[in-house]
Formats: sequence, structure tokens, C-alpha cells
Amino acid sequence: MLAPFTSLAKAPVALPPLDSSQWNSPWLAFGWGLRSITQTILTIVLFVTYLGIGALAHDTHFSLLWALCSTLFVWAGPAQIILITTLGSGATIIQSAIAVTVSAIRLFPMVVSVLPLMRTPTTKRRELFFAAHLTAVTLWVECHRFLPLVPRERRIAFVHGLGFGLVSVCLTANMVGYFLAANLTQTLGAAILLLTPLSFLFSTARNSREVADVVALVLGVLLYPLAAKMNSGVDILVSGVAAGTIAYGVHWWREVRA
Amino acid sequence: MNYAQPIGDWHALAVLFVAGVVPNQIWRMLGLWFGGGIDEGSELLVWVRAVATAILAGVIAQIVVEPPGALASVPDVLRYGAVAAGLAVFLLTRRSIFAGVVAGEVFMLAGKYWLG
Repeated sequence: MLAPFTSLAKAPVALPPLDSSQWNSPWLAFGWGLRSITQTILTIVLFVTYLGIGALAHDTHFSLLWALCSTLFVWAGPAQIILITTLGSGATIIQSAIAVTVSAIRLFPMVVSVLPLMRTPTTKRRELFFAAHLTAVTLWVECHRFLPLVPRERRIAFVHGLGFGLVSVCLTANMVGYFLAANLTQTLGAAILLLTPLSFLFSTARNSREVADVVALVLGVLLYPLAAKMNSGVDILVSGVAAGTIAYGVHWWREVRA
Repeated sequence: MNYAQPIGDWHALAVLFVAGVVPNQIWRMLGLWFGGGIDEGSELLVWVRAVATAILAGVIAQIVVEPPGALASVPDVLRYGAVAAGLAVFLLTRRSIFAGVVAGEVFMLAGKYWLG
């Protein structure tokens, strides 16, 4: 019974060989990218996460169009959650913008590390615009897995297909979550809202490779209720900078000691 | 049940752009323009990543501690219990995100059913 799940997680990537005629046009490459969303468990994680974001947007009194625009134009789960939660709890635009931009800094090194995988000597910067926009943690992880199996001159088209597929999955999930939150009983509505903290907590914990990441996650959770008592309006920033800096201190201390 | 409009007002969309889209996209576009000379393992980026992780952790805590909408109908003990149960299963299953999420949800729903 578990076979489909384990094979999904461990299956070798099913793409044609590098010299196959299946790579002859950018459209075929786009199609292979689109099809690749079925090759990763992260697609289901994204669906569940964006189901939760749709429900959260509904219960924080944002419109469906607003939720869909946030997915399309922000395209970063953590930033969307931070934006909805801070605006929903009465933060000012400036306070929300600061919290969002700090959470988004991590996109910079991701874009910097992923674009060279698609670049050829003749690639123009504007050709990489959509690939940069689509870069978020899921695409970043999948690019490192899939792109070595894609001919270099077809990689941008492949990433466009993969990104288009993932965005479509998330927009669908937003709509489903939004309408479920509007129409379900209170208990099931609560269950969908609970998906967001659970899926983010566990996917962040899973991505934590170093001790500093784990310390930042644990302290960030524990310090928030303390910071919230200050009622400063920037509680999230206070607990985040404090916990993150302590985590960095732990990293620094281990490096020096090593 | 809350009443929410499918379209909403333009003011909210403008806020989305100013507080969400611009502060987020600026980093992607900087990566596109100035990428190349940045060391992914630099100390500044280690600190930035730690702060970003802690901010996300704070938001996770905020949703559980000060729950929005329907989640506020779930008693404190069930919300905290669901996260604890999910975390325990996540760790026991060698970091399976799915097992953790399902366990947390089952704990919350079973608790709601049991408490009536």
C-alpha cells in the first residue's frame, strides 16, 4: 500500500537521454518541465501549504483575487504567510514590508546559485527574468536535481515549464482552500488553517542542515510569545533578529572552536 | 462564517504590492543583476539565513498562539498538543513532513471530537 509513496520519493527522474530528439524544441522542453511536477513529493507539500494559505487569506478577510495575486506575484510561501499574518493582526504597511523583505533575503543567494545552471555564453539577462521570478525553495531544490539531466540550451524552457506547473498547482490549491474555509464547518476550517504552521514547521526543520538553522527555528518559536508581550508592533522582527543572531553566535562559536 | 468578497478592493491590492511584492522581488532582481560575485557560504549570509528562519518560526508560533479565524475555536491545549504530536511523529519517522502533518491534524480533530 505504501509502494506508490515510496516509489514517488525514490524513483529515478524519468527524462529522455540528453541526446534524444525529445529535446529538439523549447516547447518539448517546456512540456518535460511541466511533466516533472509529478516526479516530486514537494508538489504535494506545496499543494497542502497553499491550501492553508488560501484558507488563511479567507479567515484574515482578504479577497480570493488578493490571495491569487499574492501567489502569482510574490511566489514565496513564507513571505505570503508573513504578509497575511502581520497585515491581518494590524501591523502597518512599513512593518509588514520590513518583515517580508527580511524573509526574502534568502532568495538572493538562491537566485545567484541557480541561474548559472541555466546560463549559456549567449544567454541574455532578460531571458533569465522568469527563471529568477520562479526561484523559491522548491524550484531551487528541484533545479539542482533535474537540470543536470537537461541539455543546457533547453534548461530555461524546462524551468519555465516546471515553474508554470508548480504555480498552477498552487493557484488551484489557493482556490480550493479559500472555498473550503468559506464553506466548511468550523472544525474542518480550523484543520485547514492548522496545515500552514505544521507544513512550514516540518519543511523548515527538514531543510535545516546546520546547527544554526535548528537553533534559529527552535528559538524563533520560543522567543515569539515573549516578544509579543512587549506589544511593540514589530514583535516578529524583535524575536526573529534576537533568535537569528543567537543562532549565528552558536554557528560562530562552533566555527572558532573547530 | 466570515463574509469575504471574491474580488475585494483595490486598496488591499495596492497594499499587497507595496508591502509584499516589492520587498520580496527586490532580492530576486538583485540576484539576477549582481549575481556571480557572491559567496553562498559568506558569514553575512549565514546570519541572514538564521534571522529569516527565526522570523518564519515566529510567524508559525504566532498562528498557533494567536490563531486567526476558525482556528481560534480550537482550545489552546489542542493546538499546542497537535504541534507537539506532529513534531514527535515527524522526528520518529526520520523527518517525514507528511507523517508529521497528518499526525498533528489527527490529534486536533480527534481532540475536538472527544471534547465534543
